[in-house]
Amino acid sequence: MAESIVVDQVSKVFTMHYHRTLKQKAVASLRRLPLNETFKALSDVSFTVEQGESIGLMGLNGSGKSTLLKLINGVMRPDTGSVLARGRIAGLIAKGAGFHSQLTGRENLYLNAAIMGLSEAETDAKFDEIVEFADIGRFLDVPVSHYSSGMFSRLGFSIAVHVDADVFLADEVLAVGDRPFKKKCLVKMQEIRQQGTTIFYVSHAAASVRSMCDRVLVLENGRLGFDGDVAEGIRYLHYDDDVESDDEESLEDEELGADI
Amino acid sequence: MSNASDQEHPLHEAVIEEGPGRKPRGRKRARRLARKAASMPVVPAIGEPQESRAVEGPLQPPTAAGGLVGVLQRRWLLQLLVRREMAKRYSGSFLGLLWSYIQPAIRFGVYYVVVLGLIRKSQSVPEFALHLFCGIVFTHYFAETVSGGTRSIWANRSLVDRTSLPREAFPIASMLTAALHTFPQLVLLMLVCVLVGWQTDLVGIVSGVLGLAIVVIFSTAVALFFSAVNVYYRDFQNIVGTLTQFMHFMVPMMYPVTRVMAVSHSHPLIYQLYMANPIAEAVVLLQRFFWFGSIQANGERNPSTAFPPGMLERGAITLVACLILLWFAQQAFTRLEVKFAEHL
Ligand SMILES: Nc1ncnc2c1ncn2[C@@H]1O[C@H](COP(=O)(O)OP(=O)(O)OP(=O)(O)O)[C@@H](O)[C@H]1O
Ligand SMILES: [Mg+2]
Repeated sequence: MAESIVVDQVSKVFTMHYHRTLKQKAVASLRRLPLNETFKALSDVSFTVEQGESIGLMGLNGSGKSTLLKLINGVMRPDTGSVLARGRIAGLIAKGAGFHSQLTGRENLYLNAAIMGLSEAETDAKFDEIVEFADIGRFLDVPVSHYSSGMFSRLGFSIAVHVDADVFLADEVLAVGDRPFKKKCLVKMQEIRQQGTTIFYVSHAAASVRSMCDRVLVLENGRLGFDGDVAEGIRYLHYDDDVESDDEESLEDEELGADI
Repeated sequence: MSNASDQEHPLHEAVIEEGPGRKPRGRKRARRLARKAASMPVVPAIGEPQESRAVEGPLQPPTAAGGLVGVLQRRWLLQLLVRREMAKRYSGSFLGLLWSYIQPAIRFGVYYVVVLGLIRKSQSVPEFALHLFCGIVFTHYFAETVSGGTRSIWANRSLVDRTSLPREAFPIASMLTAALHTFPQLVLLMLVCVLVGWQTDLVGIVSGVLGLAIVVIFSTAVALFFSAVNVYYRDFQNIVGTLTQFMHFMVPMMYPVTRVMAVSHSHPLIYQLYMANPIAEAVVLLQRFFWFGSIQANGERNPSTAFPPGMLERGAITLVACLILLWFAQQAFTRLEVKFAEHL
């Protein structure tokens, strides 16, 4: 199998700007307040992913997961190090597709597909499938600013998963979906996983990562804290409490089954 | 996970009937259901062995590359962006697209009345209306490209910080939108010229081509550069309005270029500065093509129908300068682009 993604000693520093207008900047520098501060969101992260691997990306809030996916997706460039990828990359980063709020769902669908490199004919061919999966009914021709957040992510997910990407990034996309839709998405992701697509799955749910991934990366304050086996990774994260509650839940599920 | 949930069909959903006689453990069940709703469902992997997927193409940085040239090759994407720009501009306005004709029409009327009615000095310019209209069409194109382009990246920030499309696509789409808006005006200008009895010669054609190329390339360069700077300093989009307004007085449309030529001996510096403005140079060239072409036939000549000496040579040099400027704008854009996503 070929390498799908090579991340080599990548660091990303953010500059946080406190003062936006020139006037505010002038006032701040007169008072000797800091104009900006830097923040290292990723430091010296290296790993290689083979085509077809399914990676669970885990870590606490603010540990740099979305930042790492933005680098892989090409939204941002690393400050040092390099990110290389092969093939078409699709996915949703930090709850939200790149939608334009004034455009309708249909227009956004075409625009998004075009950004990912699909031609008009290719999009036409996949259109029905995408719309059917998103299942947003009449809202397809309404500007997406009028969508509920669930509908927004339904459409975004549906586009990303149907463009036949080689790498699929799912960053908490499913957080706002309802339970049936979450399930439908996970089924679809298992399907593309089986077809050999490289998957990055960001989730805080240990059980879900366990079923979806064959490798776990854990980020800790921008460093790669763990890279390896799924079960070990989850143990590394001290999500053991979760494991217990999962067992409890499945026990309860059985109970529930008997009850009904 | 337990066997029970493994055997479940992935899409199967448990239906809980609420009925009488189910009070005991009701609270516990509610709590359990609430937690279940919040947690991620678990879907087992498909049993069959994984297919291997052959991906052709090299390992490469995922950031879009190619700059302006790369953008111009993605026709379909540009087409969608231009459509988006058109839709956005007039969404919720009653007259919609008509506004891009009403505005220049009003401007034309005002300038015409003011110059002819109040100042009266320009009466000596034959076919003054054409002279004015020709200038308005091209300054309008410049203004639309630059003001739309300057805002373009900021206005599309929801796309810029989520997707990896080449960012040059936005100012280019603004430029194309401006061109689409200006095109009917250009057709109208040509039509009026022909009705008046337009004819041309080799100098006229060379002037026309040079003028058009200068306007397009210079506007694109400015739009490209300003769009990037505007991400960092949003004040820019306000400066731009003033700049484009100013341009109406800095090109020979309300007055003949001979007025400017008249000062070339007394104030050579002012003359050189005036002519260094690529839009002024382009409008001079385009006046030669459109307006002069119309008065050529009737042999109507007076002191105001002359053109600056060495106009074509200067035009060629300006065109080269604009191409160099465009190259610099692209370089600056590439530098500034690196931090776009985190500034938005
Ligand atoms: N444009 C930006 N400017 C400044 N700081 C940023 C920017 N984007 C992200 N950060 C910071 O970088 C850090 C990592 O953010 P990131 O979104 O990658 O976290 P995350 O792991 O995805 O967290 P979560 O689980 O909450 O989604 C955070 O501290 C965040 O504040
Ligand atoms: Mg995140």
